[in-house]
Amino acid sequence: MPSSNLRAFIDRLIDGLLPLLSLVAALAVASVLLIALNADVGQAYSALIEGAFGTQNAFAETLVKSIPVLFVAIGICVAFRANVINIGGEGQMIAGALAGTTATLALAGSPGWLIIIASLVAGFLAGALYGGLAGFLKAQFNVNEILSTIMLNQVAVQMMNFLLNGPLLDPSEQGLNHIPKTARIVAEAQLPRLVIGLPDGTALFDRTRLHYGLVIAILLAAAIYVLLWRTPIGYRIRAVGYNERASRYAGISVRRQMILSMFLAGGCAGLAGVVQVLGLQYRLQTDGSPGGFTANAGFNGIVAALFGGLNPIGAIPASILFGGLLVGAQNMQRDLGVPASLITAINGIVVVFVVSSQILIKWRGRRRLQQSTSRTEVAVENAVVAEQQV
Amino acid sequence: MTASALVEHQRIDQLQMRGIVKQFPGVLAVDHVDFDVRAGEIHALLGENGAGKSTLMKILYGLYHADEGSVLIDGVESSIRTPHAAIQRGIGMVHQHFMLVPSLTVAENVALGLKSSRGWRLDLDVVAKKLGALSERYNLKVDPNIPIWQLAVGEQQRVEILRALYKGAALLILDEPTAVLTPQEVDDLFRVLGQMTEDGRAIIFISHKLHEVLKISHRITVLRDGRRVDTIPTSTATKSLLAEMMVGRPVVLEYQHQATKRGGERLQLNSVSALSNRGELGLKEVSLAVYGGEIVGVAGVSGNGQTELAQVIAGLRPVKSGQIMVDGKDVTAKSPSELQLLGVSYIPEERMEDGVIKEFTVAENFVLQDHGRKPFISAGFLLNLRAIDSACREAIRQYEIKTPGTETPIKSLSGGNIQKLVLARELSRKPQVLIAAQPTRGVDIGASEYIHHRLLDERQKGTAILLISEDLDEIMALSDRIAVMYEGRIVGVVPREQATLRQIGAMMAGAELESP
Repeated sequence: MPSSNLRAFIDRLIDGLLPLLSLVAALAVASVLLIALNADVGQAYSALIEGAFGTQNAFAETLVKSIPVLFVAIGICVAFRANVINIGGEGQMIAGALAGTTATLALAGSPGWLIIIASLVAGFLAGALYGGLAGFLKAQFNVNEILSTIMLNQVAVQMMNFLLNGPLLDPSEQGLNHIPKTARIVAEAQLPRLVIGLPDGTALFDRTRLHYGLVIAILLAAAIYVLLWRTPIGYRIRAVGYNERASRYAGISVRRQMILSMFLAGGCAGLAGVVQVLGLQYRLQTDGSPGGFTANAGFNGIVAALFGGLNPIGAIPASILFGGLLVGAQNMQRDLGVPASLITAINGIVVVFVVSSQILIKWRGRRRLQQSTSRTEVAVENAVVAEQQV
Repeated sequence: MTASALVEHQRIDQLQMRGIVKQFPGVLAVDHVDFDVRAGEIHALLGENGAGKSTLMKILYGLYHADEGSVLIDGVESSIRTPHAAIQRGIGMVHQHFMLVPSLTVAENVALGLKSSRGWRLDLDVVAKKLGALSERYNLKVDPNIPIWQLAVGEQQRVEILRALYKGAALLILDEPTAVLTPQEVDDLFRVLGQMTEDGRAIIFISHKLHEVLKISHRITVLRDGRRVDTIPTSTATKSLLAEMMVGRPVVLEYQHQATKRGGERLQLNSVSALSNRGELGLKEVSLAVYGGEIVGVAGVSGNGQTELAQVIAGLRPVKSGQIMVDGKDVTAKSPSELQLLGVSYIPEERMEDGVIKEFTVAENFVLQDHGRKPFISAGFLLNLRAIDSACREAIRQYEIKTPGTETPIKSLSGGNIQKLVLARELSRKPQVLIAAQPTRGVDIGASEYIHHRLLDERQKGTAILLISEDLDEIMALSDRIAVMYEGRIVGVVPREQATLRQIGAMMAGAELESP
């Protein structure tokens, strides 16, 4: 029946476009804020887009910002697919950075490739154990993972402040007014800059800060995609996320999947932390505030994961988009004097719209007796929005 | 306030649906159907699964919107766009899959969505009082302060009916209400329905069970493939006439019970005890043996330990004391996956909750247990999607499962086809011991017939089958021996040749003799 086919096609098209529509809606709401700040909306948004994607360097900065967001988002996909609401990206990222940096500093003098691999492994494991701890508490003692991961974020921040002011403090920074930071990592341990040679002899992203972390993140996204949809492990994680009772009936250990999903999610976030050090900052440093090192990538990753439909591949463009918002906002601030923190508000609004659009898709889907989306998104809305205000 | 004032309701003298059409993508679910019901009447809506019964009623209840046609209440055209509007006009519906919040109490569930009589403060005591009056009026006994999850399915249905009555339903739609009930509960329900019609309520009774429809209704409308075949007074209807109207061909409902050689003792329970969800002893020192090539039917009123029995054998409920043996091996504390490898298959009672993952595709559900085992893995760690797909295709072909494809989310299949997939999956695992819990509950005639034949084939192959069912006809038709459960015990085991419905019923009815 052609008419019903057409209708089904239009329905699917609308479903596919809903995340983008929700972004547009969020920007529309943000326009109201801009007007309230006496800024020209058109100018503001063109400054935003120009600052994010206008030049090669701007785009490179956008990608640089999106790298940690993407790592975290990939992990969030795993956790949320298991119906485990991981709000602990920040803490896991810090745990990964601390362990990874310690490994890098300890291995100074070894071959570069060895330091890099060992540091990445150390960062992954530290984040994984930190996330796995929340998973274990949930599986074993039924501790709510939203609360435990938020608490563990605070613990990680204080742990970092302590270590960077003491045991890990840069030896050259002794004294009362020191900046909390580690020593600089050796040059061989630094991830190379990513320059893409074009057929016409010119190079893309030449002399920008873009580094190979992007490649690692994209490879990780592909690996986690395969894990989730092409392996028994991913099958079990998704099964538990959708239906614990049927999983138990099938002989799947629900507890094991809870812990495993948090382990993997934490590991991805841990990689975000260590790659940030190896690829960009070359040392671990903070201003003591909660987002001093992470720049809130642990939270923005949740937004990007939801925006990407809890699919690691979808998380790639979603993370770049949010990276662009963050970078563009700084340009907006320079050009128009609008506070860049406005973008934090926009992020929050996007979450609300994305989550609502997921519910809308669900309603439409139920009406058509078709596929629905994960039920975790509703639960996370409050947590993310609340946490971003901290 | 007197009891009668508490149970007042609105009145609908006549409700008509005219020329209703509902189109789903690719399917004309309801095709120009006329239907009407009057006060004091039970109008049965009969048809196979997918005939359009539920869709038609969901339109009436405001859950779906008709593409064409109109609804007239007492001659006035009414547009019912939401369930809320339906309730306001005095239409209530009891769904096949109950719409109750398990963690809330009976009274809280009834109060859900209603305005409190005390403004912002809860008036659960008022609700409980009114509920008490209603349950007394219709003899629907339910404790208003007990959480839903502690109730058996039959009791949950009572809550659903009470909730509709509480909201003042003048017209009650019951979607396959007897699918989940025991003979006694069905009798109780019919008595309640009779009382409700005496009170001037109208009832639409959706079913595919012929003898029930013949027993309870005043008129019968038969639907097939979205079209109305005919509406006839029940007095002129017969079983064979209705079956032919429903299926479109003459149907035979008798089984050949071939003699098989009884094999060795495959499943053995030695005084097994286990706790129920309520924390009480739900299974009390049950001893039972099932031999190869034998079907042992477990009869009993819902909630007398049958669920616990099945779960204990499948490894889903811890054994408190006693011993379970499969083929002579002690499997008492084994996990579900260990039991699966020992050849234990389990068709669970609640297929939508336990048997399948609704969001997964047909193919994914086909490998719910075996997704990590050969031949469904390749390279040691990848799912072999091609092998999964072809095995699933084979099952679809062999078991005549109606699905658009293997990649369709399973929830868009009908109940009968989902159950066939579960059956196909469990039988493809070549079980030594098969536990089939309510295998045809809520499944249409055609699929039930098919499932019964498959179970008999499996018996022929030498599998030990434990058939747990609340449908006595099913138990009598398939079992070699019949065990009857009451309050967590097996009160007796009777060979089928010696069993009479009366005797089995008496053994099951212990509950009624002892309850106050």
